[in-house]
Parts: sequence; C-alpha cells; structure tokens
Amino acid sequence: MNDHFDTMPSDITAGSARRDPYMLGRSSGLRDGRSRQEGATGRGEGGPAPKFVTVTYGFWIFLLSDIIMFSAFFASYAVLVNATDSGPTGKQLFDLTRVAVQTGLLLTSTFTAGMASLAIERRSMPGAQAWLVVTGVLGALFLLLEGQEFITMIGENAGPTRSAFLSAFFGLVGCHGVHVGLGVLWLGTMMAQLWVKGFRADILRRLHCFGLFWHALDIIWVAIFSLVYLLGASQ
Amino acid sequence: MLGKLDWSAIPFDQPIPLGAALIVFIAGLGVLGWITVKGYWPYLWHDWITSVDHKRIGVMYIVLAMLMLLRGFVDAIMMRTQQLLAIHGPGYLPPEHFDQIFSAHGTIMIFFASMPFMIGLMNFVVPLQLGIRDVAFPTLNSVSFWLTATGALLVNISLVVGEFARTGWLPYAPLSELAYSPGVGVDYYLWAIQISGVGTLLTGVNLVTTILKMRAPGMGYLRMPMFCWTSLASNLLIVAAFPILTATLAMLTLDRYLGFHFFTNEAGGNQMMFVNLIWAWGHPEVYILVLPAFGVFSEIFSTFSSKPLFGYRSMVAATMFICLVSFMVWLHHFFTMGAGANVNTAFGIATSVIAVGTGVKIYNWLFTMYGGRVRFETPMLWALGFVTTFTIGGMTGVLLAVPPADYVLHNSLFLVAHFHNVIISGVLFGAFAGFTFWFPKAFGFRLYEGWGKAAFWLTLLGFILVFAPLYAVGLEGMTRRLQHIEVDAWVPWIVIAASGIAVMLVGAACQIAQLFLSIRDRDQLRDDTGDPWDGRSLEWSTPSPPPPFNFAHQPHVENEEPYWSMKQRVIDGQDPRTDRHYEPIDMPKNTPTGFVTAFFATVIGFALIWHIWWLSILGFLGAYATFVVFAWRDQAEIVIPAEEVERIDCDRTAAQMAWLRRGEQVR
Amino acid sequence: MTDKTAPSDASTDTRDAAPGEETIARNEPAAGVPGYLLGYGLAILLTAGSFVAARTGLIYQPAVISALVVLALAQIGVHLVFFLHLTTGPDNTNNILALAFGVLIVALIVLGSVWIMDHLDQNMPPMKPQQLALLARCPAERLPGGVGDGPCGA
Repeated sequence: MNDHFDTMPSDITAGSARRDPYMLGRSSGLRDGRSRQEGATGRGEGGPAPKFVTVTYGFWIFLLSDIIMFSAFFASYAVLVNATDSGPTGKQLFDLTRVAVQTGLLLTSTFTAGMASLAIERRSMPGAQAWLVVTGVLGALFLLLEGQEFITMIGENAGPTRSAFLSAFFGLVGCHGVHVGLGVLWLGTMMAQLWVKGFRADILRRLHCFGLFWHALDIIWVAIFSLVYLLGASQ
Repeated sequence: MLGKLDWSAIPFDQPIPLGAALIVFIAGLGVLGWITVKGYWPYLWHDWITSVDHKRIGVMYIVLAMLMLLRGFVDAIMMRTQQLLAIHGPGYLPPEHFDQIFSAHGTIMIFFASMPFMIGLMNFVVPLQLGIRDVAFPTLNSVSFWLTATGALLVNISLVVGEFARTGWLPYAPLSELAYSPGVGVDYYLWAIQISGVGTLLTGVNLVTTILKMRAPGMGYLRMPMFCWTSLASNLLIVAAFPILTATLAMLTLDRYLGFHFFTNEAGGNQMMFVNLIWAWGHPEVYILVLPAFGVFSEIFSTFSSKPLFGYRSMVAATMFICLVSFMVWLHHFFTMGAGANVNTAFGIATSVIAVGTGVKIYNWLFTMYGGRVRFETPMLWALGFVTTFTIGGMTGVLLAVPPADYVLHNSLFLVAHFHNVIISGVLFGAFAGFTFWFPKAFGFRLYEGWGKAAFWLTLLGFILVFAPLYAVGLEGMTRRLQHIEVDAWVPWIVIAASGIAVMLVGAACQIAQLFLSIRDRDQLRDDTGDPWDGRSLEWSTPSPPPPFNFAHQPHVENEEPYWSMKQRVIDGQDPRTDRHYEPIDMPKNTPTGFVTAFFATVIGFALIWHIWWLSILGFLGAYATFVVFAWRDQAEIVIPAEEVERIDCDRTAAQMAWLRRGEQVR
Repeated sequence: MTDKTAPSDASTDTRDAAPGEETIARNEPAAGVPGYLLGYGLAILLTAGSFVAARTGLIYQPAVISALVVLALAQIGVHLVFFLHLTTGPDNTNNILALAFGVLIVALIVLGSVWIMDHLDQNMPPMKPQQLALLARCPAERLPGGVGDGPCGA
C-alpha cells in the first residue's frame, strides 16, 4: 500500500499516468510521520505550499472572481438583448468578418503566450521576449479592431446611449477590451522588468500569472463571440 | 478646472452637517497635533502605516470599524430622535437631510463598520490559528486595508463637501439615475464603494489562498478551527459576490457618467435588473458578515464551556452549505417585484432551507454548552445574547421568506426590525465578542470585565427596546424611512424605540469607558500567560502580543485542538518545547505601497466624483507608478536573525511556561 | 519551474500543482509545443465550427443557439486543458474545485437573472395589441396617465 512513495520521483513528471495518477493506492497517511507528510493530498496536511503555488493559486482565485464579474455583464446583456428601443439590432450591426479576424488575433496571441511560457521555462531571454512581444502586438491589434468597431457604431448612431441593448453590448465587450488593454500594459511592464532583472523567482511567478490572465481573457472572448456576435447575427 | 466643484458644495446654510464636520475636523486636528507634539509620527509610519504584519493590519481594520460604528450610531440616534420629534410636525431634519442620514447609516454600518470589523478579526486571528507567520500576500493585505479606509474617507468627506446619496443604502435605479439624483451624492456612494470593494475583494483572495494553501504542517482541512472554516466560507463568498457588486455599480456609473441605459426609464433600460443584480451580491453579503461571527461564537462557546465544539463536522458541513445556498436565495429581497409564482416559490423554499444550516449551528452551540463547565465572562455573555436574540431574528426571517407574508410586510418596519435583529445580534455581538475575546491576545492585557458586562447588558436591553417596538409598529403598517409620523397609534412604539436607543447609547459609553480605563490601567490588567481564557487553538500558544513572526517554531498539528493537547502534555509532565534550536526567519518587508495606493485612490475617487478629469488621470498615473516601483524592488523580505528570535521567544515564553506548569498543580 | 537563482521557490511539489503549471508528462498529448499546437488547432476548428453553424443553413435554425453553446463550452474546455493545463489529477484538486465553484456561481447568476427577469410581467394583465403598439411608439415619460389613455400626449 505504502510502497509507491518509495518509488515516487521528485521530478516534474510525477503524477503521470504511469504512476497511479489518482493516488488510489496511497496510505491513509496516519500510520507514521513520513507517510503523513507525503500522503497529504486531499487532506491538506502537508504544510504551507511553495510560494509559486500560493501566488498562482491566489491569482487563479482572482481570475475566477473576474469571470464572475463578466457573468454579471453577460446576464445584463442576456436580459437587455431585445431592448433595442426600435433602434438597430445585433443582426444589423455586427460585422462578422471583423469578429473572425479579432478571434483569430486573440486565439493566436493566447497560443504565443503559451510559447512564451515554454521559452521562459527554457530560460531563453530572446525567445521569451520575442514571443511576449508577439503576444502584446496581437493583443494591441485586437484592441485596434475593437476600437474601430466601436467608433463605426457610434458614428452610425448606434452608440451605447442609443438603447439598453447597445449599452449592454458596449458594457460587456468594452469590459473585455479594458481587460485586454490592461493586459497589454501589464505585459509591457513585465517585459521591461524581465529585461532588467532577468529570470528572478518573483518575475517568473508574475509571468505565469500573466499567462493565466491572458488565457482566461481568451475564454471570455470565446463566450462573447459565440453568444453575442454569432448568436446576435444569426437571429 | 475643478469640474463641478465650487464653494456651493459646502453646506454653509445647514448648521447640523457643518457643525458635525467642524467638530470632526477640530477633533482630527487635535489628534494630529497631539501625535506631532508627542513625536509619534515615525512610530506610526514605521510600525503601523507601512506595516504588512497581518496582526497590525487587523488592528487597524478594527480601529477603523469602531470609528465608523460610532458615526453610523450617531446617524441611528438622529433617525430615532427625528421620528420622535416629527410626530405631526417637521422635526429637526429636513427630508433631504433625513434621506442622506438613513442612506449613510446603512452604507457606513455595512461597508465600513461591519465589514472592516469582521475582516479585521479574520486578518488578526486566521494566520495565528493556522500556525503560520503571515497571510499569503502581506503587501496586498496592506493595500486592501488602505483602500477600505479610502472608501470610508470619501463617505465622510461627503459630509462637508457636497452631499451623500439620498437613495437608501442600495441606490435603487432609477432613483439613483442622473435624471432623479443629479447631485454628487450617488457618485460619492459609487466611488467609495467601488474603491473599498476592490480592497474587500483582494482581502477575499488573500484569505482564501491563505486558508487553502498555508496551514501549518499536519493541519488538515478537518483540523482547522471553526473560525478558519467560517472565514474560508466568508471569503469564498467575498470572491464570488463582490465582483457582482462591482459590475452592477459600474453599470450604474456608466449610466450616470456616459449616458448608458442599463437601468434608466428610457431607451429600454430595466430598473429591475439593478435590483436583481444588486441582491445577487446583497444576499451573500449577509452571510459574508455573519459567517465569521458564527466562527467567533463557535470558538467562544467551546472555550468558555471548556469542551471541544459539539458536532465539529456537522458545523463544517452547515457552513459550506450556507456558503453555497446563500447564492440561491437573492430573490427574497424583491418578492413583490412581480415575478410569477414559480420563481417566488422556488426562492421562498430556498430561503427556508438555508435556515436549516443556521439551525444546525444553533443546536451545536447549545450542545457545546451542555455538560460543560460554563464560565460567564464577557465574550460568553455576548455569545449567549446572540443565541437567544438571533434565533428570534432568524424566525422572523423565515416568516418573511413566505412570499404571501412578504407581500404584506415588504418595506415595513417589521422588515427593518428583522434585519437589525439578525445583524446586530449576529454581526455586532459577534464583533464585540471577538473583540473582547482576542483583545488580550493583541495587546497583552485584558479589558475590564465589569465595564464589559455593563456594556453587554445595556446594549442587549437597548437593542430589544429599540427593535421589539419596531416589529409591532411594522405589523401595524408603518413603512420604513419615514421622515415624519402622522398616525397616533404608532406613537407609543416610537417613543419606546427612542428610549431604547438612549439605553444603547449608555451601553456604547460603557464600552468606550472600558477601552480607555483598561488602556490606562494596562499594567494591572497585564496577561503574561498568552492564554487568559484557557483557550484551545494555536493562537493562544503564542505570547501576547505575538512577536512579528508569530511562532518561533512552526507548529506541528496532530489533532483538532493543538494547543489544548499541548497543555495536556505539560500537565502530564512533558515539555512541549523540546526544540531549542532557533533559525533565522524571513519576514515580509514593510512597504508604503498600500498607503500610497490609497492616496492615489482617494485622489481618483474625489476627482471622478466632481468630474475633475485631469486630476483623475494624474491619480491613475500615480497608482500605476506605485505598482511599478513596488514591482521593481529587489528585496521583499527581511531576515530576523536566529539570536533575535531566540531572545524574543525566551523572553516572552518564560512567563507562559511558568503558568503552564502551575496548571500542573491545579489539575 | 525550478530556478537555480531561487532554490527556495521550487514548485515541484507532487501534491499540489499551481494552476496552469504543466505537470503533464512529456509523453502526453497536452505537453510542450505539440500540446499548444494541438490546443491551437482544436480551438481554430471549434471556432470555425461556430462560425459555420451561425452563418450557414447547415444547422436547423432554432438549434443554432444550442450548437453555439455546445461549441463554446467545448472550446472553453480545450482552453482549460491545453492552455491552462487543468487535469483531473489529485494535484489539481484545489484548482478544479475553485473552478467548479466559479462555474456554479456564473451559472446561477446568468441563468437565475434570465429566469427572474423573464418572469417579471407574469402578474401583469395581458396587454391588447393596440396598447403594445402604442407603447412601442411612445417613450414612457411622454405617456399621459396610462397606456390606455389615448395617443401620445402631445
């Protein structure tokens, strides 16, 4: 029962399928001190987590709260989507070509953010900076297109003050845009910091958090393009 | 240049707010002058304002909460006396001022008195109970506190510069929209709550992470003290609910500032959506406040009955049950909004069901006392007062959970009596109980028992005298927020309620006297043991006040009541402190980041309230620069050398060990 | 992600993985560059699927919403697995539980709000078609007295 701990390697691959990933065979962790230390999964008896885990978990919790904030905007949008006050509807306003390009940009940038994290893991400064800059540029292009869309709509008398539907639309999409903008600002700051300070532990933690943030924003965007743009344009 | 701000913002024609502001201003100047004369600024700056020590931040939260509690209490006195004096007459508060008073009372009591009090207690106690040296993100903790203080500051600035909201503590649309509230009152509300809301959210993230990831070795989930469990539930609710508040208020802000139509009358806006969203936050908020108090009471019942908590696991289950179900009942705040029978029934049933969780807790507390050696000291008195009165408040809540009954009672003083009945006996008594319970831990001396008991009995009596009549007068049809009264049948009840608040005032005076006299006589009240109440959890194993690093050696936890078992071992003749080897300890370095961030947040908030756009941009730039400077620092921790740790530990534990051994002979 | 410059910050804790940390073995599909490429490819496919579903008549019109929701959920799943490296392993329990809590709250807010707000006119008497037409033509504040009082109070 207890012997798989003896074979447990400490490298990063621990927990893979070859080695009883669900630790079904783990001991109850109560028989002796050592197994209590190691068999702590699910009981939380292992003592404080390493700082890397703590920091990213905290950020994970923050991201969830952010997603809940978006859900309030989604709820408003869902409730107000038909309150067009005889004004333009989504079907008349949404330009799906632009949305497709935006989706491509953001999806690619989330991929390049992943590449950046691999480069960071290799401690390759040029690789990391290059992938990060691509990520930031893609994010900025996305914002540019969104700005263009907003300006066009306001020019067509379809700004947020026109109807509750448009208020909800601008609120939801704008909130995502603000997040992308803040992400780009954060990314620029982090790149400068990485350049000056190198792969320091706290910078690695922050870069990892940035990766989480960026992937989460793409998840929000998936919901936006599906449920706002595509659904709006198809009805 | 200055947006909407000019001299007309200062209410020269209104003697009451101006006089109050003048008194506050002079008192503030006096305090600042006293600090300067005594030369306390360096001490304040290094040991408090820039501190990232969770204990000091917790204490600062509670100081803020107590100040705001007084401010909110003054508002309460004004409302009660206004209703007393305005029987068939105008009273002394004109309607627009009365409206600001009840709005400020609710806002301050919930956001700036109850929240900081509970967060302060959690901040102080949770790391100590978990056997760790600080929270997960110490600097963030400091930022959170100072942002909360910013919100409180903005609300109080509104007393002198401009006005506060007249919309009630939740600014229901469309009354709070620009068309019906053109002044800056609602803007003060919005920015104060947004800024302090960010602080609260960050606290939630911080404490959830701390509790889930940073417990002492051996402290499994089912070995955490009950206060940590309720803190976990409460902070999970903060993390899940406060974003809804942020989003809702952001929508209202967009409506007011940029002409959006989320909740307006025109262009398809939906006012009911505001009510819906704000209560999707508002109901969990109730449990955010009361769950930590439940934790405090659990600790107190167990400690003062000298017994382990009865039904620990059912208590955990009930806590997490409340945590989840509290998100499924929000409609009961607006049964009368017009939803169909299906919706009202579902939420009515869910509301009755959530009372089951609380019921489980009540029985657990009663059974904890059963067969115990109960000691009636001040914290225990607050806890007993809570159990008896809270049960009544809970039962009137179940009454209101029935939609047809709610149609009759909605918006009446019966409702007001109900929620004060649960908030005062739950949250406020919990706050006072926790305050008296952990005060010796924080400062190393006890509070006077006599004054504490007097404060308890007077507050309890006053509380019943105020709110029992309000139940009755609510059933007679009196609605809430009435500036004057024209119905003679209500008058006797209003008079009794007003007399009750006088009793509560004396209770509050006793509490203040208790604090001041105890500080004056602190040398007589000194507690060297670190364990004045014969406690059971880890916070009592440290000296009082705990050293900056809390524990010289990281504790190893082997059961649910680690300190109790440690004491048992001493009684059995074992020395628990076999580990005489000291190591240097890394502690997070103090930083002014929190204070500076809050300074810029204040600037941003004030500038946005008054439409001074350039100043708000400057504020945002300043805040960004603060973050960059913080992120750029090279050294985040200071090392306390081993000799220093040893010195502090030996000094402070000598008395404690002597006391522990004395226990050997007693038992 | 161990760093030689910061030995105290090691995170190769087998019991507890940080969110987004790649604890997947190198020989598994979601690891390294191939993992990101696979995730990227799947996400593109699903996105394209959504666009096709919405823009062409391939799907029975009333079912488009279901198709879009399903495709969006699938893509979110892809993101979670391939980009955020969530696994069902014991080291990810805390991360998954937090996510599940968040998803529950999101569902409660969105579905609950839609349900509640949909019900708000349940207790209202039904309007006659001409009343509805009038309401559509006149902004609320210009209506005299009530809906049935006649044309817009000009």
